[in-house]
Amino acid sequence: MNKALNILINVLSEPSVLVALIALVGLLAQRKNLSDILKGTTKTFVGFLVISAGAGVLQQALAPFGDMFKAAFHVSGIVPNNEAIVALAVSKYGSSTALIMFFGMIVNLLIARFTRFKYIFLTGHITLYMSCMIAIILSVSGFTSVSLILFGALTVGIFMSLSPAVVQPFVRKLTGNDNVALGHSGAVGFAIGGLVGMAVKGKKDIVSTEEINFPKGLGFLRDSTVSIALTMAVFYIIVAIFAGPAYVESHLSNGKNYILFALLQAGMFSAGVFIILSGVRLVLAEIVPAFKGISTKIVPNSKPALDVPIVYTYAPNAVLIGFFSSFVGGIVSMLILVLSGGIVILPGVVPHFFTGAAAGVFGNTMGGVRGAILGAFVNGVLISFMPILLIPVLGDLGLANATFSDSDFGVVGLFLSGLNQMGGKMITMIGIGLVLLIMILVSLKKPKSSAQ
Amino acid sequence: MKILTVCGSGLGTSFMVEMNIKQLLNEMGVDGVEVDHSDLGSATPGSADVFFLARDIAEGGASLGDVVVLENIIDLEELRTKLTAVLQDKNLL
Repeated sequence: MNKALNILINVLSEPSVLVALIALVGLLAQRKNLSDILKGTTKTFVGFLVISAGAGVLQQALAPFGDMFKAAFHVSGIVPNNEAIVALAVSKYGSSTALIMFFGMIVNLLIARFTRFKYIFLTGHITLYMSCMIAIILSVSGFTSVSLILFGALTVGIFMSLSPAVVQPFVRKLTGNDNVALGHSGAVGFAIGGLVGMAVKGKKDIVSTEEINFPKGLGFLRDSTVSIALTMAVFYIIVAIFAGPAYVESHLSNGKNYILFALLQAGMFSAGVFIILSGVRLVLAEIVPAFKGISTKIVPNSKPALDVPIVYTYAPNAVLIGFFSSFVGGIVSMLILVLSGGIVILPGVVPHFFTGAAAGVFGNTMGGVRGAILGAFVNGVLISFMPILLIPVLGDLGLANATFSDSDFGVVGLFLSGLNQMGGKMITMIGIGLVLLIMILVSLKKPKSSAQ
Repeated sequence: MKILTVCGSGLGTSFMVEMNIKQLLNEMGVDGVEVDHSDLGSATPGSADVFFLARDIAEGGASLGDVVVLENIIDLEELRTKLTAVLQDKNLL
């Protein structure tokens, strides 16, 4: 008996197998045919292993970067990249991540069914990354087994329902209707972008970013493999030059030319992210449609919360302005951090692109060109300082040269770690419960009029 | 026939459009169309018969071949019209 239990625990604590089982259940529930079930389960299983493989490649690229940065500036430089940190965490926290994600999606369905937060969060990779961060932080706070999964799932479910609600007023204003919501981890940054836009719009009519003629041809930035490789190449080469050829060639590159070495490592970083993304794609391919299928059946009048590019088509110029402005915010923050001599957050091109663009779009909606520039700039500063506060709460992983990027990771992470510092596990549980209670109370107060 | 939906990171938007296309194909009762999603960097000419992508990456994807550009990626009616045209063109409808 004990042996059988041991084997079961062994199997279930292997994240790739666990995720495959979750996909299997989803596929069975949808009554797919045998070949689809077999295909979906296997893809999910292999997908998770691909993520771990990508982690290895990323680590190879990140380790020398950290060494060079320290040798050059005598401070540590950290790259905020969700893919990187999640992949590094998967070996240790993979099983709890998978279970928290699975039950978190159920909590999201329940909240949508019974409260006026009618958002079904369909951006699967964000759910995965958020579940991973929550698994890490709660584990570091001392949660284990059932309490870890339960409170982790509650937190993810609450995030999935609240995050779209935070930006919805701006989405409504932008799209002119209330049919669709935004499901992304940058919601707080987007909302602040919108608020900044309102604050700076002035008395005259708003001049929209879309009235400017912008040089096109920066579209290659949308291709993440290219943009990551190019920006990381700039960072790696600068750091290699400051660390000096003597240090790089004797300590890290085995005599290989230091610039060439920097270039190769930058390519390796991009390759690692590429591999991880393919893994994430394989894992989500079966789980998200199952979630969507279930939600349309049991939650009437729900709004799908979708990935951030849905707002880009409304204001393509604001997308570019927002990206640049956010990135400038990141560079300014980096310089401040370098001068203050602590940990340095490098502006990551992916988070600044995806969240800066949306902050720019909402800034533009509320306050025209000025709103787009300043709103996205504030987002850029926000996502540079928040990750620093996250590093101490991630335990061993805080030292991994990579961290979570977008604004909501900071908000959720600081909320959980703040509760833990106030009074450990007990206060954390009460705090999570309280948020849920408030959401339920808000729904009772206004029963039908605003639920639509 | 194979349709590939494409977006910047190949995770969110392209996946959503893929699910919408599958739903529409189901409603129309069209069989034998394979639909998949991908990031812009991995999509190559010839990897599908028709590519669906949003207006904001239309330029980056122009060289893929038979490209359908969506003005509004959440508009199911636009997708239905453009998908129908593609299916009629391929004699599947």
